[in-house]
Parts: sequence; C-alpha cells; structure tokens
Amino acid sequence: MARIKAPVVITANDLLTGEVVYLDLAHRWSPELSAAKVFDVIDVAEGELAAMFSEADVVGAYLAEVSTESPVIPRHYRESFRHKGPSNYFHGKQAAKDAEVAA
Amino acid sequence: MYSYQEFDRAFVRARVDQYRDQVKRRLEGSLTEDEFKPLRLMNGVYLQLHAYMLRVAIPYGTLSSCQMRQLAYIADKWDKGYGHFTTRQNIQFNWPRLVDTPDILDALADVDMHAIQTSGNTIRNVTTDQFAGAALDEVVDPRPYAELIRQWSTDHPEFQFLPRKFKIAITGAAEDRAVIRAHDIGLQLVDYEGRIGFKVFVGGGLGRTPIIGQELVDRLPAEDLLPYLEAVLSVYNLAGRRDNKYKARIKITVGAMGIDKFRARVGETFQRLRGAFNGQDLAVLGDIQKSFAPPHYVEKSQESYFDALDDDIGFRKWVERNVSPHKHPTYASVTISLKGHGDTPGDASSDQMRAIADLSERLAHDELRVSHEQNIVLPHVAQADLPAIFRALKSIGLATANVGLISDIIACPGMDYCALATARSIPIAQDIALRYASREAEIGHMQIKISGCINACGHHHLGHVGILGLDKAGVENYQITLGGSAGNDAAIGQKMGRGFNVDELMPALDRLVDAYLALRLHEGEIFAETVKRLGTVSFQEALYVIDQAA
Repeated sequence: MARIKAPVVITANDLLTGEVVYLDLAHRWSPELSAAKVFDVIDVAEGELAAMFSEADVVGAYLAEVSTESPVIPRHYRESFRHKGPSNYFHGKQAAKDAEVAA
Repeated sequence: MYSYQEFDRAFVRARVDQYRDQVKRRLEGSLTEDEFKPLRLMNGVYLQLHAYMLRVAIPYGTLSSCQMRQLAYIADKWDKGYGHFTTRQNIQFNWPRLVDTPDILDALADVDMHAIQTSGNTIRNVTTDQFAGAALDEVVDPRPYAELIRQWSTDHPEFQFLPRKFKIAITGAAEDRAVIRAHDIGLQLVDYEGRIGFKVFVGGGLGRTPIIGQELVDRLPAEDLLPYLEAVLSVYNLAGRRDNKYKARIKITVGAMGIDKFRARVGETFQRLRGAFNGQDLAVLGDIQKSFAPPHYVEKSQESYFDALDDDIGFRKWVERNVSPHKHPTYASVTISLKGHGDTPGDASSDQMRAIADLSERLAHDELRVSHEQNIVLPHVAQADLPAIFRALKSIGLATANVGLISDIIACPGMDYCALATARSIPIAQDIALRYASREAEIGHMQIKISGCINACGHHHLGHVGILGLDKAGVENYQITLGGSAGNDAAIGQKMGRGFNVDELMPALDRLVDAYLALRLHEGEIFAETVKRLGTVSFQEALYVIDQAA
C-alpha cells in the first residue's frame, strides 16, 4: 500500500453517534471538514495520531489525504462520500447542510 | 410460524441486558474499543462509513405482520424511517446511535426478534427458499429444519469462535431458490422413495475465492441432521486456518484437504458424536414442525381475479412477473418488488413496511418473507385477492412488475454505507434500472448482481451479468462477469476483461444488451441461455468493441 502523503487531516467516527468527525485546530472533534486541522508534515500527523490511540470520544482515528486548496477537499472518493453522505438519500452531512441553507 | 418459548424469551432478554451493560461500560470508558468491538459485533452492531449499523436477524426470512410493524417503528424512532433488506434475508438499519442500540434490541425482543449472531465468526442466520411452505415444486418444507438449526446453533458453545463466519442455506424444493451451493453448507431436502433425507453440499462461497459447493453426502437421513452438521463444524473448527482470514473459510479447508479426506474425517467424527444425540433433537423437531402447519386456506370465488386478468393489462403484467404458483390450486405467492425503477434495491420505508404488514394480516394469513433477492414475499394469497393486493401495492409505490427482469437487481450497500466497500453499488443499480425501464420486458429474464467490493455481498459472481466495483488508482472501476447462475445450475461468472469507469459502464452494458437481442434465437431464449449456447466471446467483443477499434 502506498504511503500516505501530506497534506492530511485526522478523521474518525464519533463514539456515540458514529458520525464522521475531524480533529480541529483546538484539538476537539468537529463534524466539519472545513474546521479540520491540516497537517503539512506527515510525521507530525502520525505523531498526533499515535498520541490519541486511547482517545475515548471517537473510534478508529486515521489520516486522510486532502487537497492543498482552501477549503480543503478529500483526495480520495471514499473520503468524499464520508464527508458528504450517501448518494441515494440526503441523510448524511448533506442533510445538515441543506437545513442550514433552508434556514 | 415458530413462536418463542419462555426459554427463547429469557435468553434474548438476558442478552439485551448483558449488552446494555457492555454499552454502558464502553461509554464510561471502562471498556476500550478493542475490548468492546467483538461484544457489539456479537449483537449485530457494526460501525460503517457514516454511522453505526444494526443488522437484525430474520430467521430464514420469515416475519409476521406484527414483527414487520415493529421494524417500521424502530425505523421511525431510532433510524431515518426506512430499513434495508439484505441478501441474507436480514434487515439493516443504517443510522442508529450506539447509545440507542440496547433499546432497539429490547424493542426487537418485544416481538421475539434479535440481532444475535448476525456478525462474528459464528453460524449466521440460516437462509432458505422465500416460497418455503408454499411453493408448488416443494418436496418438504425446509423451515422446521431451519428453525432446528437456529436453535442448535444459537450460542452453541463450541462454535462461537470459528475460524471464520459460517453460512448455512436449506431448500426443500426442486428449484434451488436459496443458492445453497454458494454457502458453507448447503442442504437440499429430498424425498428418497418415501424417506426424507438430505443431500449435503460443503465449501461453497463467494468473496475473493468464489467456489461452488461440492457434494459431501447424499441420502443423509433427516434424523441425523444435527449430529452430521456438528461433525462438519467440528472438523472445520479444528482444521480451518486461523492465521489468515482470507484463507479461513471452510471452502479453503475443503480445498486444501480434498473432499474425500474431508468427508472421511467428518464421517469419523459423526460416528463418534452420533451417540451423544439421544433423540431430544428429534423431539424438538417434532414440536417445531407443529408450528409450521399450512394456513387454513379459504376458498373464494375467482371471478374478479379472471376479470381483472382480462381487463387490466397492468395487473396482468404484474401477475406474469410477480406471482408464483402455490401448492394449493387457488392460491399464489406474491413477490413485492423492492426494486422500483430508480429506488435503492432492498429498501422499504416505514410506511411501506406498515402497509405490507396490513396487507399480510388482512389478505395473506399474516405471513411475510424476505427473499435473498431483496424483495418481500406474501407466501399465501388466495388468487381471488390478487387484484386487491395489486391495487394496494400500487397505492404505496410497490407494484413494480419486474421480478426477474434487468431492474430486479441485487446490490449490496456498497461505498454509500459499507466501510469495507471499494466502490458504490446503489447508484449503479439505480442507473441501470432507470436506463432499461422501457425495454426490460423486451430484454426478458436477466439477473444483474452488483457488489461494491471483492467480498461479494451482492453475489456478483452468480449474476447472469455480474458487476464488481473496485478502486483503480483512486477511481471507481467496475469489472463485468458473465455466465454466472444462482439456480440449480449454479456457476461462477467469468471475468470479461478490464474494468469500466462509471462513464464507460452504461455504454458497455448497452452494447452487451444489444448484442444479446441480436444474437438470441427467439424471444423466449433468455440472456443466460444465449451466453450458454454461444459462449462469452461474442459478448466480450461487444463489451470491448471500442478497445478493438482503437
């Protein structure tokens, strides 16, 4: 498997709800990719990931590659689907975004 | 239908209480995820891409209307108002919160249901013919044996940590509608000159190493079923590999050992174990069989049925596609297609579930089935009631007359939900169904099966046309196989060549369909027969015509 390349974010699933979350600049878990802390150096990201091995609030934290653009977007389609939600129903994060637009 | 006894109820409630405590300890932090994961999986709770997923067992695909209503209630209260029926005759809820899962399991226990052994390296839900107890071609009703196996395998102390998961399917009909030879053990009930017995197949399975099961024994007396199954599982438990999960299924064990040696070891073990079964299993079977008595058939005037056949072309087409012959001459079995054009295969909304439950209670002897093709079945319907059922289904968008057609697609959840998937399945199925909606009657019987990864939950190997979604250098890519079959002539499809990107896939399928229509001898020759007659070369050329032109 090819070694992951920076820039990356740290992502996981929320323990209580299973929702996709991202580690943000304040070292909290955010549901928004736009709030994620972007690591430009892979060793730093891996170090941070290792430090949260026993993180209690989330499950299965790992590094995900993102673009260098701003706002960042996932580089792999799997992460895009996690970021947006499923394509058959607006039940994932896209539902929350729709609600925001409607409000 | 089998009804829970006090023992069953106490057992299921105890498991819910145990699980509730495990969730509490996880949320308090006294269990790590590594410690908790196998415990939640033993209760059917997975963590998928966007959320947790709860897989609920529907034993051999059989439901009452009350149970279906409870599934609708769960969908509304703790999920997003729908459920997904699977190829293993189960239902999955895609959005439960972990903290709610103990309450959901309690709600299931209220109607004698559970999620035990829907995951993990144990014996999973036993599956069978969706028309069991009703089919015209049935020799013996397999459901009592399926229930016996369920009781024997549930929490069986020796088989909770097998080398890998273990799937058993059973049929009692001439036509195999349970895909028995694609299971770890496949059981076929046979009437041997007045004596009921089993033909036993072993080592079937799909996934990354697809294999059609081999015959292990013929004429196994029905009374020897449990000791023989216990012998097979015991041999596998000891000889199966635990060092490599990709080589841990029984198909690999049988392949490595050879069927003759495996059969001999099972035979030795069976002789040793047989004495330990003192007849209690047969007494239990006798009680179970009483629960599966046929319904009290009602004779009704069929005039309105024949009138509707004459007058209503939509009804007539629906009967031709979705209604199957019943062992009672004035009854039929109805398949409710969960494959409306553009819909997600296998999904039903809570409103649809309740409407189906009402129909079942009112007009179908309170029985429902889930088919491995991800449709719902009313097994016992008086033909006189078919027009009323058609009208009711039409009013809730479930009267699509497409069973067995190109839009009646098996599709796994794929990368829209599944954490293991390498590509999406659902939008591909939706696109195909919409694309061919106006041509599907002309195309005729064609089974398309789509999997979003090599694990093959969508049975793509067995499709007349199989589609496997893969990740090719960061792009979704779809491989096509042809020549598969899920019936009595079970066969693994052959891979045709390089995969297609999403924008190439539909044009490739167009070329495939057009080639079939041009090559078939007559309208009655179905796609699978044309492929069998001609081989795959002509179709391969149609698929890759652009490659050749380049």
